[in-house]
Amino acid sequence: MTYLAKPKLHHPGLTKNAVGYTRRDYEGKISTLCAGCGHDSISAAIVQACWELDIQPHRVAKLSGIGCSSKTPDYFLGNSHGFNSVHGRMPSVLTGANLANRELIYLGVSGDGDSASIGLGQFAHSMRRGVNMVYIVENNGVYGLTKGQFSATADKGSKSKRGVINSDEPLDMIGMALLLGATYVARSFSGDKSQLVPLIKGAIEHKGAAFIDVVSPCIAFNNHAGSTKSYEYVRQHNEAVNRMDFIEGREEITADYAPGEVITVEQHDGRFLRLKKLSAEHDPTDRVRTMNYVQEHASRGEVVTGLLYIDPKAIDMHEHLNTVDTPLNQLDVEQLCPGASALEKINASLR
Amino acid sequence: MKPTDITRPDYFHKVVDCQWACPAHTPVPEYIRLIAAGQYDDAYMVNWNSNVFPGILGRTCDRPCEPACRRGRVEEGNVEMRKPSLHGEPHAEPVAICRLKRVAADNKSAHQVSSRMPKAPKKKNGKKIACIGAGPASLTVARDLAPLGYEVTIFESDQKGGGFMRTQVPRFRLPEAVIDEEVGYIMDIGNVQLKSNTRIESLRSVLDQSFDAVFVGTGAPRGRDLEAPGRLEAAAHIHIGIDWLSSVSFGHITQIGKNVIVLGGGNTAMDCCRSAKRLGGEDVKVIVRSGYEEMKASPWEKEDAIEEGIPILNFLVPKAFIHHEGKLTGMSFDKVKAQYDAKGRRNLVATGEPEQIFPCDDVLVAIGQENAFPWIERDIGIDFDEWKMPIVDTVTMQSTLPTVFFGGDAAFGPKNIIWAVAHGHDAAVSIDKFCQGENLQDRPDPMTNLISQKMGIHEWSYDNDISDELRNRVPLKDQKITLKDIKVEVELGFDARAGLAEAQRCLNCDVQTVFSEKLCIECDACVDICPMDCITFTPNGEEEAVRATLNAPSLHAKTQDLYVSTELKMTARIMAKDEDVCLHCGLCAERCPTGAWDMQKYLIEMTHAGAGCRKPQRKAA
Repeated sequence: MTYLAKPKLHHPGLTKNAVGYTRRDYEGKISTLCAGCGHDSISAAIVQACWELDIQPHRVAKLSGIGCSSKTPDYFLGNSHGFNSVHGRMPSVLTGANLANRELIYLGVSGDGDSASIGLGQFAHSMRRGVNMVYIVENNGVYGLTKGQFSATADKGSKSKRGVINSDEPLDMIGMALLLGATYVARSFSGDKSQLVPLIKGAIEHKGAAFIDVVSPCIAFNNHAGSTKSYEYVRQHNEAVNRMDFIEGREEITADYAPGEVITVEQHDGRFLRLKKLSAEHDPTDRVRTMNYVQEHASRGEVVTGLLYIDPKAIDMHEHLNTVDTPLNQLDVEQLCPGASALEKINASLR
Repeated sequence: MKPTDITRPDYFHKVVDCQWACPAHTPVPEYIRLIAAGQYDDAYMVNWNSNVFPGILGRTCDRPCEPACRRGRVEEGNVEMRKPSLHGEPHAEPVAICRLKRVAADNKSAHQVSSRMPKAPKKKNGKKIACIGAGPASLTVARDLAPLGYEVTIFESDQKGGGFMRTQVPRFRLPEAVIDEEVGYIMDIGNVQLKSNTRIESLRSVLDQSFDAVFVGTGAPRGRDLEAPGRLEAAAHIHIGIDWLSSVSFGHITQIGKNVIVLGGGNTAMDCCRSAKRLGGEDVKVIVRSGYEEMKASPWEKEDAIEEGIPILNFLVPKAFIHHEGKLTGMSFDKVKAQYDAKGRRNLVATGEPEQIFPCDDVLVAIGQENAFPWIERDIGIDFDEWKMPIVDTVTMQSTLPTVFFGGDAAFGPKNIIWAVAHGHDAAVSIDKFCQGENLQDRPDPMTNLISQKMGIHEWSYDNDISDELRNRVPLKDQKITLKDIKVEVELGFDARAGLAEAQRCLNCDVQTVFSEKLCIECDACVDICPMDCITFTPNGEEEAVRATLNAPSLHAKTQDLYVSTELKMTARIMAKDEDVCLHCGLCAERCPTGAWDMQKYLIEMTHAGAGCRKPQRKAA
């Protein structure tokens, strides 16, 4: 962290996006996290992704729970809506907000403690309901705020800073997200923005529950030899399955690639995602095989990253529930409270 | 790319743009910090050691540092977010370095400062040096050599020392007291003798006086004349600019006609027109051959003239002096326009419009200065080139006669005070080495020092909070007063408050971002926090390829270096930092978890005469 606000001055060559903002306009307050925290890189990746997508900052709602990761929404998108909820309760607050106003972009930011321990049930249900959101878990495998105890995602056999070996099984959030019906599942690494930024962009554009597990080293308590969530370990064991380009246009571009090298996925709105395949065996549209693939590689100590699974034709909670298209805050009194005769009609239909 | 060798004295020196641009390499950020801290005496001495005339230069310097100042580049593209200022549209501007120098000079304690000046040793070293002309170059030579035990004799045709600074710079820009004070500091060192009212008519006569070395600092004393019809007939009312200025300075001239034309577009022309305005000129105008932008005068000097109601008319070539019965009545001009040929060279071609006539009572010709050495015999061993300039070594300042050295305008033609000082320092090193029987070419590198500024976790021994303020304006005295009296100084100088605010705009470019690749864990924290997107981790390649991958485009690739590391151990990428618009805010170092970035103050002390210019005599530890 630093005591100073980031200077307002920016590079003279900084450009504005289609909605008239520079990248710096998407920043938030100065981070108070430890120097070198992976979470700050994720914040920078979110800033970059929102700028590149020409998002109006006031169309975003960022929600979080408790923990180092859940502090970060203060450090990006300073002009967006924000809600810092109770520990582990971000998913239900977000679900409620999404029901009330389906037109905002929902960004849920959580950590391994907030999502894999206290908020595990909340996480599970937001995934299976298909809430249209980006769910980012900033995963460092330790409880940083309480000085480095293993969290639920710490790998069995990994070593704490004090030299203790973890004897518990890790909770595999990617596996759970796949099981529970998330329709966009990705993993990335805070130290690789060239991979992370397109994945966040894809998740924002995805309609449905998009889950990104971002391995984000804790510089203070989990960046030592023996840790499986350190900068060095992740760089050495990172197995990227694909590289994603987010295609702004609606044309399918497959030139320059041999068959089988590129997978192009049509999105719900007719736009395309292009994936450069790095692994021959992995197919990101096959959920069951992806689960196997991730497990196999995890058993070899590898960290599989990239867009692991996508259901491009996914539908979200609003479609499941057949809710009204208009956000609730835009409905007037007559529509919301149609009067005694309408109530009578409904009651009659239920008799 | 090869990793940057930061042990080369030039590498970090170049990052301190102002110091690099200053001919005397004044450590600008160092003295600006001292001003901010209210340590005016220290700020003055830092200046004095480098440029000898802080009070004079703080008013009159050509300030090559300011166009180079990083602040000017940094504010580029950022002004739209600034508060609208009272002085028109906000625009990117450098730190007012020159006027800050004056703040140090104005607020110092003369008593404290004089007690810190060097003194000549009681024991002289037996070597005698002659300086011809008591201008800034000679005075610098004297200042550098007298404390070493040399006996310096300065020959000056005028009554007092100061040269051009005293005779040609008008008093409303530079009060005489400032010149007296700063020339006085040099004379007070001791071992310096000023032979005033002594014009040297023969260099041989000086060489015959058994000096060990002779320094020629006689300036460029001859103003160029304009040959045009009517020049002879109307001679009484046509004056050569620099001669007229010195006559004004000495009080020989106290008035001028109501309508005055000043010819020329340099700083002398600006001094002429503003002086004329104060001596009774009601309608004073400057008429220049070139366009406004190409004029040689510094932008601020042009603005000062316009501010005083003096129009500058461009693209007019003098044709003839119009006179009637021996009295000048006006001048005629041809209108021209600029045309550029295929090579981009400018030609002024006639537009064909009818000639323009401007009535006038007096004309001041300020179209250039020339060197003149009628007093140097051509058979004493000093070679001259085809332009009748002495052949002088650009490093050692030595002429083809080994005992004779040149400096200031006398060496390479008209420049300015700060160049004269720089020449003086170089010549003093040469004279010192020459008198000690050393090789003049063997000049040690400047002494450099790189010290971490870290004091605590987020504490630095410099203020890294970047000011958003726009450049402060120097307050001026009311024109009602200044235009009536040529001796009243126009600029009031910054007061302590404005001086502090302006000092805070300095980016401390001498506090360097030093990178240690061994410590880097490639966490990207520095990349994310850098407000100017200076830092990129990228695969190595040729410079052009590396520059193409930077997070922000290189805007000044030709002049601003890339600081690159060796390949990093985890990803084999290199760290590449574009020095161009770095704010030196230190946030990269504050965010670095391993201390791979550190902020280190780089002080560079130029090699002056004395022990520093000797080969280091290393003693066994």
